[in-house]
Amino acid sequence: MDRDVLVTEVALRDGSHVVAHQYTIEQVKNLTGKLSAAGVPYIEVSHGDGLGGSSLQYGFSKVNDIELVEAAVEVAGESAISVLLIPGIGTIDHLREAADVGAKMARIATHVTEADVSKQHLEAAKHLGMEAIGFLMMSHMASPEKLLEQAYLMESYGADAVYVVDSAGSFLPQDVKTRINLLKTNLNIDIGFHAHNNLSLAVANSLVAIEEGANRIDGSIRCLGAGAGNTQTEVLVAVLDRLGIRTDIDLYKMLDLSEEVGDTIMPKPQEITDSSLIMGYSGVYSSFLLHANKASKKYGVDARDILMELGRQKVVGGQEDTIIEVAKQMALQKEGTMRWN
Amino acid sequence: MKKLKVGIIGSGNIGTDLMMKIHRSDVLEMSVMIGIDKDSEGLIRARSHGHHIIANGLDGFLEHPELADILYDATSAKAHVMIHYEALKKLNKKVIDLTPAAIGPFVVPSVNLQKNLNEMEVNMITCGGQATIPIVHAISQVSQVEYAEIIATISSRSAGPGTRANIDEFTQTTARALEQVGGAKKGKAIILLNPAEPPLIMRDTIHCLLQSDSFDEKAVITSIYKMVEKVSEYVPGYRLKTEPIIDGRQITVFLEVRGLGDYLPVYAGNLDIMTASAVKVGEEMAKNHFKSYV
Repeated sequence: MDRDVLVTEVALRDGSHVVAHQYTIEQVKNLTGKLSAAGVPYIEVSHGDGLGGSSLQYGFSKVNDIELVEAAVEVAGESAISVLLIPGIGTIDHLREAADVGAKMARIATHVTEADVSKQHLEAAKHLGMEAIGFLMMSHMASPEKLLEQAYLMESYGADAVYVVDSAGSFLPQDVKTRINLLKTNLNIDIGFHAHNNLSLAVANSLVAIEEGANRIDGSIRCLGAGAGNTQTEVLVAVLDRLGIRTDIDLYKMLDLSEEVGDTIMPKPQEITDSSLIMGYSGVYSSFLLHANKASKKYGVDARDILMELGRQKVVGGQEDTIIEVAKQMALQKEGTMRWN
Repeated sequence: MKKLKVGIIGSGNIGTDLMMKIHRSDVLEMSVMIGIDKDSEGLIRARSHGHHIIANGLDGFLEHPELADILYDATSAKAHVMIHYEALKKLNKKVIDLTPAAIGPFVVPSVNLQKNLNEMEVNMITCGGQATIPIVHAISQVSQVEYAEIIATISSRSAGPGTRANIDEFTQTTARALEQVGGAKKGKAIILLNPAEPPLIMRDTIHCLLQSDSFDEKAVITSIYKMVEKVSEYVPGYRLKTEPIIDGRQITVFLEVRGLGDYLPVYAGNLDIMTASAVKVGEEMAKNHFKSYV
């Protein structure tokens, strides 16, 4: 098997946000089996906020994520099952459970400036015999130099690769170019890129990343990921094929599966809605989408206003509680103004 | 007034802030700062205040155990479990452990201090635990809490290397204490670091699920407000951000903890609530000690 670019399919993790973490064993098995048959090398399965993410804060999982990982492993064939873990939410115990049921790759995610909290977990993943990947979320919130410094820390903890993660779907192509280039020039490990399509730039940005030397790219089939979804996997596969860049993924099998995902899993077609666009525009964590829409309905305030305010407050990934708080404050202010008038 | 002599193990953020609070105490006297780096800021500060300095860790103190009656451990869970615990036990001195090692019983001053005053070692849980457990306890006084989940968000700048290296211990110890001290049937804890500038003030969110949606709402609210008042007696910057939100059987409480700005600036409420709570425990132990001699 010769691949220029290693694709990780994240619909069963990032897409978990879209279905409010309600994936069933059957869905996970069906999708994993077909992704494996199509030749996708890595398939990520976890709660949207990583192992242990099941909570009131992020939404309870319908099925415990370790059970989902186990189900995926059973049908994964040649593909490796990946898990995501955010230190502060999940723990090394979760990682151990995932390794025990056969997960082969662990991606340890931190906010872009907080790489040092990943040391314990990257080391544990290596110790458990997993491929260990550093995942720097909300990369747009740091300068390229800061990003390099943090990526370097992850390399020093033994990471096999480090990802630049555009959690807010906020990067413009030139931002990606500078960052990937800097990392590629200075690090000795694989460089990866994870996009969100909030500004309709996910595929374009992924191409720029590949041009600058990234060889690991995340995609979600049918854009089944948070916000406006990720780099649409089947589109990326088609485009890379035209460019002569090998992914070793069967396009037709992906297209068939994409239709099925659209018909059976997605609550509605993935579009760049106003809220998604505002997230990319103001640099807000894509997983906030459903929570902001819910708070908007509950408190009668515009979701766009909530998201802009979250951007202004420089809220980071995981701070879903702030959404309710901001919405409630806005509702109170609005009520106050109305009474005043 | 008579005072108990205090030794602090660990000259980092927590240890230094603790020292500054002990300077104000009527019943505790700062005596010795124990570190491992003679050039650390904490040891330099302690020296400038005229305190004893030990720069070769607990070994150095074991040669001069007369320097302290009460010891605060402000190092890391690993150091406490692997080195300090056994050595300190032999000295037969009071130990207040600020690491999430969780060997001694968990203590939250506003919830269960009195019944733990005679323990030789107590554990201060975590900053998130000190901030949120009182609220869970206040709610569980009125109605059984089936599930308590807390989210502590602290500024990156206030998270020292100890916190960063102990992040799993933070979530696990806090979750356990939400059950054991807070009274929840099941606890879960999440910690988030936020690097925004200017740094954000420590904030905590508490979600509780009760058995059913039929409970005395007024009694719950009153219990929460009373508890906030009680905690703010020893942590002055402790306050509700908005009124509690009740939605069916779910209660959500938003807190903000502003520090006193002793060592780190006011945003580091996480530091302040640990050290202020630990001082409160030490003071009550000292009062109890002198009382038994009267």
